[in-house]
Amino acid sequence: MIPGDLACHPFLRDLPLAYVGRLAGAAHPVEVRAGHRFFRDGDPADRFWLIETGKVALDLHLPGRGAVIVETLGPGTVLGWSWLFPPHEWRFGAVATEPVRAIEIDGERLRSRAAADPAFGHELVTRFAAVLLDRLQATRIRLLDLYAAPGGVS
Amino acid sequence: MAPVPYRVAARRRETHDTVTLLLRPYDPATAIATPEPGQFTMLYAFGVGESAISVSGLDGEGIEQTIRAVGAVSTALTEARPGDVVGVRGPYGTGWNVGTGGRDLLFAAGGIGLAPLRPAIHEAVARRSVFGRVTLLVGARTPGDLPYLGELAELRDAGVDLAITVDRAAAGWTGNVGVITTLLDGLAPDLDRTTAYVCGPEIMIRLTAAELARRGVPDVRVSLERNMRCGLGWCGHCQLGSILVCRDGPVVAYPDVAGPLAVKEL
Repeated sequence: MIPGDLACHPFLRDLPLAYVGRLAGAAHPVEVRAGHRFFRDGDPADRFWLIETGKVALDLHLPGRGAVIVETLGPGTVLGWSWLFPPHEWRFGAVATEPVRAIEIDGERLRSRAAADPAFGHELVTRFAAVLLDRLQATRIRLLDLYAAPGGVS
Repeated sequence: MAPVPYRVAARRRETHDTVTLLLRPYDPATAIATPEPGQFTMLYAFGVGESAISVSGLDGEGIEQTIRAVGAVSTALTEARPGDVVGVRGPYGTGWNVGTGGRDLLFAAGGIGLAPLRPAIHEAVARRSVFGRVTLLVGARTPGDLPYLGELAELRDAGVDLAITVDRAAAGWTGNVGVITTLLDGLAPDLDRTTAYVCGPEIMIRLTAAELARRGVPDVRVSLERNMRCGLGWCGHCQLGSILVCRDGPVVAYPDVAGPLAVKEL
């Protein structure tokens, strides 16, 4: 994978070039059609994707209700962080709702490199923590029920 | 201050708690002035009370008003049937003013907040060729809470870039799921020629308007909702900081109210 292509993704903005090079060695571009399933909940989590174009729905199969989408990820976002944390299993499923172009990155190789180079590992974890924070805040906002009727209305 | 009698000419259910009434003047000679997109009227359910309701459409000599049943008055209005008579005062307040053209227009609606935006969107579509990009972002709690669902596809056909998201999906929903601000990631990066119009619950307005401003939209307008009584700036019920929303709003420039909106319980 060409490092310059990787560095263009918002998730890797301003990442030191040496680190971009390490990621490039574990990355390759993928293109999938709408309906392609990246993973199911319970599958082993050993990789992640930087979405360049298209959309991916995170879903979960609920008994009696079928697959319900819990969040949609679009261009510029990251798909998958369960590869980073034990037990390295996906907690949700992911399916392309549009044709998707993405960069697939080998998570197991990155974990090894992060273990060998704590500074690289810190950079990686910090960036994933920022993604986690954004998703947590978005989820909390949804919990607020933005569209509920205000009090004191006629 | 006396309400003008209007007859309910048609009633359309939008969602489980929201209906649109087409109102025509009982006597055309006494009809209220034609509202500007973004203005509101005081609608009177006789024997129950009066409530500020945005105009959601214009139809010849009639007006459309979309009402969500959230209190005694609005519930009574949603229960009005064709042939019933309601009282109308207005139109009041400031409008959206989509301008004479040349700019990109971005409409962001949260739930029933699409109602006040709808006449402005219709105006933009009617004069589509004079504007640049016209974008409509819609957020709702669930797919079942999306108003004007049948009309949204028509807007796309009319040249509006449309994106919809819901907070909670139902089985079978294949669209976006997430807060409305996530739709902003899909916007073109050059927003310096954009005028944005935002309407919805106050927290949605704050989050969306602030994010649009952060992304470089130079002109962000929002429509505020407050408990209104007179509609004329006399009673002060709708005061927000130094403005009276019924008189100086409901449509205001976001920078003028960003401070007061951040004050708790103001």
